[in-house]
Parts: sequence; structure tokens; C-alpha cells
Amino acid sequence: MWLRNNALVASAGAAAVLVCAAVVLIFFWVPVDADQGFSQKIFYFHVPIALTAYLCFGWGAWKALLHLWKRPPGADLESYVAIHLGVIFGALTLITGSIWARVSWGIWWTWSSRQLVLFLVLFLFYAAYFMLRYSVDPGPARANISAVYALFGVVLIPISFLAIRLAEDFIHPTVFTSRGPQMAGSMFFTFCVSWAAMIALATALYQLELAGKRMDRTLRELREALE
Amino acid sequence: MTYIRDVTALARKDLLLELRARDTLPAMLLFVVAALVVFHFALPGSSSQLASKGLLWVAIIFTALLGLARAFAAEREQGLLDGLVLAPCDRSAIWLGKTFAMLMFLVLAEVVALPLYALFYSGIGWSTIAGVALANLGICAVGTLLAAMAAASRARELMLPLLFLPLAVPIVVGGVGASVVAASGRYLALLAVYDAVFAIISWASFEYVVTE
Repeated sequence: MWLRNNALVASAGAAAVLVCAAVVLIFFWVPVDADQGFSQKIFYFHVPIALTAYLCFGWGAWKALLHLWKRPPGADLESYVAIHLGVIFGALTLITGSIWARVSWGIWWTWSSRQLVLFLVLFLFYAAYFMLRYSVDPGPARANISAVYALFGVVLIPISFLAIRLAEDFIHPTVFTSRGPQMAGSMFFTFCVSWAAMIALATALYQLELAGKRMDRTLRELREALE
Repeated sequence: MTYIRDVTALARKDLLLELRARDTLPAMLLFVVAALVVFHFALPGSSSQLASKGLLWVAIIFTALLGLARAFAAEREQGLLDGLVLAPCDRSAIWLGKTFAMLMFLVLAEVVALPLYALFYSGIGWSTIAGVALANLGICAVGTLLAAMAAASRARELMLPLLFLPLAVPIVVGGVGASVVAASGRYLALLAVYDAVFAIISWASFEYVVTE
């Protein structure tokens, strides 16, 4: 019961603890990678952030589907907030990926990293989602249109991934491997903690943003009632 | 059965309107010819034939966008969409009828563009034609749905390319792959999968775009 009423506090606390734990593990505990040295540590940020962005997009699409299907009140707002967070995590993925590419390959951008190219396409797609959402007047029509576009996004992810993979055959015949074949146990553990930290962080931000938006709406309703 | 009759009636309405007003297809034709001429100057002399194949796909996508931006213009200007939504037919029939009409326009534009491309640049193989045919389905299916979304927004024509281009990436990959790679089967398969998946979700979700 306490957990349900104080979900924001609980998830913010969990996020704080997990992020601190992840940072300690990454910088003080896990051994330095033999091949790439210190720069490999960005892997523990880059990949969990990317996976969390996928989760946000997926959650946003799930809420969009729920909106179209059962029409619970608030599903539209939840879908929007999830996608908003997905775009933030997606932008962080592009930035961390770019830094990693600079350190290990000497270039800021490479078309041969599938994940980065996919995130660029998704970033463009969801940026258009915002343009669309803010170009339609608030109301049920906007909720429907946003939901349909969000559903397109989650279908676009696997098809784009497939397309980018196929495109390499005529754009880049060589294949980069960005990391070794296997992770040591301690690396995998650190990776898992880091991923959990990112998910907790995303959850906390999601609830914070949602609480803010709901409060905003209540305030507006109150003001309208007073007038 | 009535569903098919509704769809043909709606597609017929669009084709008839175009036949009388002629405001979309001539623009698409002129645009694609002009684009092919501009590409000659965009390609340095030492660039390969393959580069022009890639540009052909850019021309196709942008020509389609030009037509799609006008897809719901008549409905919007005359306030017809509300009438269509109120009509006693399945809403997805509106999408299907419009998709057929758009497909017809795009195919007619390509009937001119592909021979012209062959004349200006290089010959076109069967795999390119198969790629174009499959890509047309995907472009029109997704494009018509997005055009309905864009018509509901304030930015309208400005909105459609932003919505459409990220979704067109797999089409371009499949189309260019089918044109330039000898073993084109995989790329045609990608286009077919894209068509099937996006046609189904566009068909199923159109109702939500035009209703509240």
C-alpha cells in the first residue's frame, strides 16, 4: 500500500541507490578491458541506455495500443511521457555511441555501427512524433493520431534493423565487431547492475514527469472551475 | 461484397476528380522529369552507374510525397472527410480507395520516369521493376495513412515528409538493394514484408485517425 502511494519516492530511491552502485562497480570494481582499455567502460552506460530507450518506446507503444483498444483515461499521456523519455535516452545513446566511436575508431560517426544508425532513424521518427503531436489541437483526435504513430514506431524498429543489416551488403562490405566475443562474469554483473540502474532511473523520471503533467491538468481544471 | 463496391466507388471518385481537375498527376510527372534532369548535374562524371540508381529511388520517394501531400486536399477544402466518415461504410474502405488512387498516380508517373531514366542514365533490369512495383504498395499504403494524419494537423503539407521519410528508410534500402545487388531476392523479400506488415496496420488503424 505504501509502495503504491509513494511509487515516485520508491523508484527515485531505487534509482539513486542503483546508479551509485553502478558507478562504483564500473569505475572501481570491474577489471579494465584487455583490448580497449579504460574507454571500454562507456559500454556499461551506452548499451544499458540503448536497451532502456527500447523499453521506453515499447512501453509507449503498449500504452498507445491500450488507448486505442480499451480507452483507459490517461493512457495517451502515459504513452507520450514514455516516448518522451525514450527520445531522451535515444539521444544519450547517440551521444555515448559517438564518444565511444571517437575513442576506439578515431571517428565521431560511423555508418557501420548498426545500432547507431538504427537509433538515428528512430530519433528522426520520434522527433516527427513530437512535431505531429504539437501540430494537432489537444483532444481525442490528437490522442488517436499520436497512438497510431507510436504503434508504427514499434513496428519500424525490427524492420529498420533488418533493413540496415541488409544495407551493409551494398554500403559497407566489411563488418566491425565492436566488442569481444564474450564477457567475463564480473563484466556481465556490472552490466546487469548498470542496466537495472538505467531502468530504475527511467521509471523514476517517468513517474516524476507523469505526476507533473497530471498536476498541471488538475490545476487547469480547477482554474476553469473557478472562473 | 459491399466493401469492395465501396472501395471501387471511392477510388473511382478520386480518379474522376483527377481526370477533371488534373492537379496532381501533371505536377508529379513534371517533378520526376525535372528531378532526373537535376540529377545529371548532381552526379560528378566519375561517379558510377550505381549512384544514379540510388538517385532514381530518391526521385521516386519524393515524387510520391508530392502526390501524397495532395491526397486529402480536396476532402479538406470541401469538408468532405466528415461526410465520408459519416457514410455507412467501413472507414478502412476510405483508406483503401485512396491508396488505390494514389497507387494509380504513382504507377503512371513511373511509367514515364523509368523509360526516361533508362534513356538518360542506364538500362533497368527486371529486379528494379519488381522492386519499384513492391515499393509502390508500401509507399502508398503508409503514405495515405500519414497524409490523413498530416491533414489533421496545422502544419499539413509540411508535416508529411517529416512523418514519412523515417518510415521510408526500409523501402529505400530494399529498392536500392534490388536495383544494385545481383542477388536481389532478399531485398525484394524485405519490400514484401514491409508491404504486408504496414498495409495491415495502416488498414486496421485508419479508423482511429479520422474519428475521435
